[in-house]
Amino acid sequence: MSDLVTGRTGDWEVVIGLEVHAQVSSNAKLFSGASASFGSAPNENVSLVDAAMPGMLPVINRECVYQAIRTGLGLKAQINLTSVFDRKNYFYADLPQGYQISQFKDPIVGEGSLRIVMADGSTRDIGIERLHLEQDAGKSMHDQHPTKSYIDLNRTGVALMEIVSRPDMRSAAEAAAYVRKLRSILRYLGTCDGNMEEGSLRADVNVSVRRPGGPLGTRTETKNLNSLRFIQAAIDYEVARQIEIIEDGGAIDQETRLFDTATGTTRTMRSKEDAHDYRYFPDPDLLPMIVTQDEVDALASALPELPDDIRDRLMGEYGLSAYDASVITEERDTARYYEAASDGRDRKLVANWMTVELFGALNKSGKSLENCPISPEKLGELVGLISDGTISGRIAKDVFADMFETGKGAAAIVDEKGLKQVSDSGAIEALIDQVLAANQDKVDDYRGGKDKLFGFFVGQVMKESGGQANPGMVNQILRSKLDGA
Amino acid sequence: MSVDKTTVAKIARLARINVSDERLEPLAAELNGILNWIAELDEVNTDNVEPLASVTGHALPMRDDVVTDGNRLDDVLSNVPEGASGFFVVPKVVE
Repeated sequence: MSDLVTGRTGDWEVVIGLEVHAQVSSNAKLFSGASASFGSAPNENVSLVDAAMPGMLPVINRECVYQAIRTGLGLKAQINLTSVFDRKNYFYADLPQGYQISQFKDPIVGEGSLRIVMADGSTRDIGIERLHLEQDAGKSMHDQHPTKSYIDLNRTGVALMEIVSRPDMRSAAEAAAYVRKLRSILRYLGTCDGNMEEGSLRADVNVSVRRPGGPLGTRTETKNLNSLRFIQAAIDYEVARQIEIIEDGGAIDQETRLFDTATGTTRTMRSKEDAHDYRYFPDPDLLPMIVTQDEVDALASALPELPDDIRDRLMGEYGLSAYDASVITEERDTARYYEAASDGRDRKLVANWMTVELFGALNKSGKSLENCPISPEKLGELVGLISDGTISGRIAKDVFADMFETGKGAAAIVDEKGLKQVSDSGAIEALIDQVLAANQDKVDDYRGGKDKLFGFFVGQVMKESGGQANPGMVNQILRSKLDGA
Repeated sequence: MSVDKTTVAKIARLARINVSDERLEPLAAELNGILNWIAELDEVNTDNVEPLASVTGHALPMRDDVVTDGNRLDDVLSNVPEGASGFFVVPKVVE
């Protein structure tokens, strides 16, 4: 599969790097005791530290540090036992300190990597450059008043992890797969809820284009994308825009751009040229942060099994396809459901029923696995009934629909409705004799060479049995009666 | 290391300090005086010495992840020139 983009003057290679801001799951903020929860009344979750009152000093929340370390371990990254907080200086109304406390030179997490899985099942490793802790800013509302902005500092000081990738992605699809995988790992680890709509996870996208194998082009950075769809749309737009400018003989400006969700286009952010002169320096209010190897080891030993490991296990031990294994392991809840449902059952068949029937029904009804009417044990029970020949796959679909509707068990529904598959050869033979006797003319036609009528007889027998005859046996007995006589 | 008038004007702008043109030259001279004095430290040989972020040798103290603050809207907004419905209100800043 080639990811090259064809322009008017030849092929172009797209180079993408992502900076993802993930809100740390914690009770309190990074440097204050105010709540980090979402959806409170304006300025309710604000301490005098967050409001940057003179003389207030930051004290770091240990759990936020541990969450960053867990995330680093999940990304197979180097954990830096000593890291330093710096001040990133800029002025904006939602940042009362006049600087953001961040980590510049010495971040808590160094290089790691993350494996993405594409739709065709192929995998690629994307490099992680670093992860650092920093403060979120507040929220500005510009639509409340014609000449004023309204500021809410509830987000101010909430802990963020900025996770920076290497420029290793070559298409919008890879960038989306990266964010999806990162989100999956964060959710498995419980270090970020991954809620993109609420802004818990958002991405800045760096895009450039170059001739295949040539030197890197100038990149642009599109800020603050909060959905997979927007990330892909912004990349597609930037790639087309940059190629057109270069092919017309122009040059790309290294600049920050904004994505307009209404039009799907990007535009230059109106900024002064020195807006990015952040004048980082170590924050004199905060000592260097030291964690011990013992602490890191303890966090490592308590990590849950991660999606890649589970995926490998599902493919290796259970023989699932790369696609099914990826779909099932993307969310921790889904993986847990699968493990419970397939325990002692036909693993591949359960995977199939989950990814096709169950996900289909959940999608259609707008439900999630959390409030799914069919428990994992009940789905396993249904698959068990198929495996042991009690019901056919076709009847199982009806039973499934009934289970989804009523929450009842599979065996109970089969009993109640008398849906048990007829695998008694005597009973099937009787049905077949009945059908053949009633259609003597067609039997003669069949024996006279009209082979296609075979399907008609199968259909009639299945109909007579109310769909309950074992289809394999019907075929076999019918064949011997029609051809053998 | 020394700074000129242009650099002083830039630093002032970044710090949002309004410095009149006639003050730039004297300020540059004052800052250069400070910088030259600090430059005496350059005489010390610091080869093979790690950059120092703290002189105390203490590690960063940490606190538990417990909500102990907030819900003090009156305190938070007590100094605002303008507020409304619990928000800070500022001149429109929109990108």
